[in-house]
Amino acid sequence: MDKAQLAEFVKTLIPDSEIRQGKNYVEVTVPSSALFSAAKILRENEGTSCDYLVNITGVDYATDMAVIYHLESVKHRHMLVLKTRTTGRDNPAIDSVYDIWKSAEYLEREIYDLLGIKFNNHPDLRRLFLDSSWGFPLRKDYVDDINIVSK
Amino acid sequence: MEEIIKEAVIGEQEEYIINMGPQHPSTHGVLRLVVSLKGEIVKNVQPHIGYIHRGIEKMCESITYPQIIHLTDRMDYLSASINNEGVCLAVEKALEVDIPDRIKVIRTIVSELTRIQSHQLFWASYGMDMGGQTCFFYGLRDREMILDIFEETMGGRMLVSYNCPGGLMYDIHPNFQNRVKAFLKYFRKVLPEYDAILTGNVIFKSRTIDVGKLSLEDAISYGVTGPSGRASGFSCDIRKHDPYSAYDRVKFNEVLYSEGDTYHRYCARIEEMRESMNIIDQLIDNIPEGPYAVKLKPVIKLPEGEYFQRVETARGELDVFVVSDGNKNPYRVKFRTPSFVNLGVLNHITKDFKIADLIAIAGSLDLVIPDIDR
Repeated sequence: MDKAQLAEFVKTLIPDSEIRQGKNYVEVTVPSSALFSAAKILRENEGTSCDYLVNITGVDYATDMAVIYHLESVKHRHMLVLKTRTTGRDNPAIDSVYDIWKSAEYLEREIYDLLGIKFNNHPDLRRLFLDSSWGFPLRKDYVDDINIVSK
Repeated sequence: MEEIIKEAVIGEQEEYIINMGPQHPSTHGVLRLVVSLKGEIVKNVQPHIGYIHRGIEKMCESITYPQIIHLTDRMDYLSASINNEGVCLAVEKALEVDIPDRIKVIRTIVSELTRIQSHQLFWASYGMDMGGQTCFFYGLRDREMILDIFEETMGGRMLVSYNCPGGLMYDIHPNFQNRVKAFLKYFRKVLPEYDAILTGNVIFKSRTIDVGKLSLEDAISYGVTGPSGRASGFSCDIRKHDPYSAYDRVKFNEVLYSEGDTYHRYCARIEEMRESMNIIDQLIDNIPEGPYAVKLKPVIKLPEGEYFQRVETARGELDVFVVSDGNKNPYRVKFRTPSFVNLGVLNHITKDFKIADLIAIAGSLDLVIPDIDR
């Protein structure tokens, strides 16, 4: 399957998603409530079979936060980018994908630690690098009074 | 009488918890493992990390792209120039710059030399973990030759910062090719010694074969990449599947095993050194003429968007993910470092092995702590 075919195929699998052909990869955007089911479809469907979770990134935007999943299929050797946005940034929470990919345990804990996004149904959601007295340093409004890192 | 003996064996009945690290010699850095034991059987391993967390991703948000290069050296300090390459390729991809062949070939040679010296240090320290002091001296003796070559061309030995967006910091030293060829000739001769000392050793084999098995499904699910993943049969070599620099014009084999135990994770690294030497062989006499760097604008600004670049370090897949808002600083940088993800599998593969095996298994993952903590 080339990129255009893959994009169309994913659209038939997840009808309520927004598909965009990025420069390198097909990008699938879903609402945060549909994240887990979309990830499960991409993992279990024969045509996509994304069995390798490459990376999870959290990004703080001014109004909300984005969580970006890079998925790869070992069988077909294609990559998909799954994106979602949290509702607001006061108490953001989305579903954990630990049940689908085991590597999500540490990748999600890191995002919780540095950005403060909660993952529902995560087996062991604790701070990873920092202790609980810290804020969430990768948020854009984080101020460090001791080590001034901003410009 | 029997009852008294039973009582004397402390901890047989209930689990107890010991701390391994953060200054344990076999963790090669500040990794703290909280180990639950039943007798001497490992039941649960909880890694506690963050002792040297420097917030490199946060720092990147307030500096420019050429400055980021120097921070990436300090993540996986044994694959420093491969980390540099990841950021450079991401920036060049975003700016759509054409990189001359000379730069690509030199980058590939330097990356492979970096991979060899990293695996040499792995062999040296892993041998020492397993009780073979000789390995440490032999491994470091040979690694010194590569570091000397690096020093002559790049001015640094470990944290070289040799790649920069648009090419290389300096051209190669006139001696570079001859010294690399001399090293390859020497190392081909001594690599069989490595096998004679450690790979074929009966004690070493009995401590590693069938210990810490990782199946193919679990390797993919846990995202274990690099030689550790390939020992389980997970074909994850970025150099093969998503070639960058000059990897599309060289012939080499992806080292794959199906056993997935500690011994084969070790063997994968030894075989990779041979493959790396083959790659350098094909390139070292064919470095094209040309400039060593492309002139970019003095202030590099990436167009708005998201850029994703994958490279294969000595430990596995390193991904550089840059979100740019069009400024001279990135909006967000994420490094998916191989050691961090590989650490996640430790609890799974050490379960129900003895505590002495924990040293063997953790060592075979070849974790570098600054790469975990960033």
